[in-house]
Amino acid sequence: MKTSILPFGPQHPVLPEPIHLSLTIENETVLEARPALGYVHRGLENLVAARDMHQMVQVVERVCGICSMIHAMCYCQALEEMLDIQAPPRAEYLRVIWSELHRIHSHLLWLGLFADAMGFESLFMQLWKIRERVMDINEATAGNRVIVSVNVVGGVRRDIDEDQVAMIEKELVTVEREVKQLSLTLLTDFTVKKRTKGKGVLTREQALELGAAGPTLRGSGVAQDMRQLGYAAFKDLDFEPVVETGGDSWARAAVRFKETLQSVDLVRQALAGLPQGDLAVKAKGKPEGEATARVEQPRGEVLYYIKANGTKHLDRLRIRTPTFANIPPLTVMLPGLELADVPVVVLSIDPCISCTER
Amino acid sequence: MSFIATPVTANNLCKDAQALKARGFRFVTMTCVETGPGEFDLIYHFDKDLDMVHWRLAATDREASPSLSTVYLAAFLAENEIQDQFGLRFADLAIDYQGKLYLDEEAGATPFCRFSRASITQTDSGGDTEGGQ
Repeated sequence: MKTSILPFGPQHPVLPEPIHLSLTIENETVLEARPALGYVHRGLENLVAARDMHQMVQVVERVCGICSMIHAMCYCQALEEMLDIQAPPRAEYLRVIWSELHRIHSHLLWLGLFADAMGFESLFMQLWKIRERVMDINEATAGNRVIVSVNVVGGVRRDIDEDQVAMIEKELVTVEREVKQLSLTLLTDFTVKKRTKGKGVLTREQALELGAAGPTLRGSGVAQDMRQLGYAAFKDLDFEPVVETGGDSWARAAVRFKETLQSVDLVRQALAGLPQGDLAVKAKGKPEGEATARVEQPRGEVLYYIKANGTKHLDRLRIRTPTFANIPPLTVMLPGLELADVPVVVLSIDPCISCTER
Repeated sequence: MSFIATPVTANNLCKDAQALKARGFRFVTMTCVETGPGEFDLIYHFDKDLDMVHWRLAATDREASPSLSTVYLAAFLAENEIQDQFGLRFADLAIDYQGKLYLDEEAGATPFCRFSRASITQTDSGGDTEGGQ
């Protein structure tokens, strides 16, 4: 049988992100998938040469819109370690609150896109309607819906008052109720299962071998989540990673769905335990040496490597985003699939190419 | 927590990585740091049960470095990125984009190499170290 090479993306009706795949196909069956990038590369890491270490907080927030707060938190944590300072307890709890709100709205955004990719538009609209409540919380507490820009080296620069705590708790009741109402549809609907069960399977061994991260890793049965490191206030909160063992698109969706509810619980825990006190400590001095920091983004583990030289400019900033780790697994998820399943399976890693290429 | 990167040699990289993999370590990523004209540190990051191990390999742009993708396939993307950004080459790279993962033909050959474009780095002096918000 003759094989053909089919270009898939970077522009595709289903894919929200500009990734290109060269698919070697035989009839409708994928034999090989080779990813290609380079459509939105910005070279943000290199801005350390032109922006000082404090200004870089605003730069790393723009690595990704959806998880901007978590990028900034990770960067600040790495610098705080180098400067040997500790964010105050209240700042650590506030970081958890905003980062988990980001996880909720990111997962709801993805679950909606995933539903849309399967042609389930009413589910897509329901999920995005719920997401708006979280965006409203972001706007009310930080002044912005997406790039909340709350982190500084040494803590945070915005606070949440008692009225806002009450508002968040009230909104989360609705978010939780409405998300739970969709669980039957999202996890057990015949069409959803038909399009996702057994599709794009990544075994536990393959996930570890290929360096998968986040829900892609946990959907293959590996109970690893960077929040287990106990950064920020996670060390004080009750938390266990959500794990599924199927390794298929359904398992990855189920992990994100359950993590949405888990994040609601984590925000509640953080609000309940929010201590009084300062928002930040002064970040004095100029860092020198090397450090890494890791946190859990909605898409998985992000790693920041920083090398500093004792000046206000860093020598090197390296960001390894979770989608960067989840692209190699696509090379084993896609072969064997029918062509029509490719968009849904690609989407199942929640690709963020803006993050990946930085 | 201080950052410690264990030195490795090009000759032993893949053999040592095989041993690390057998112990259950996952490849996280690798970082290229330019240390001087044509001189680089390749820093490899591995993880097992949330504990990280870092290795440091001294590399130059005059000879190809061994590719970790022969042991951890996941390394192919990071190595291709380094080829694009720093102009290094990796021998036996599993999937080799030949320096064109991100870059177009007309793009600068090594856009992340600081020493070849030092004039750019000192042009902006905005902000200070105690809060440039």
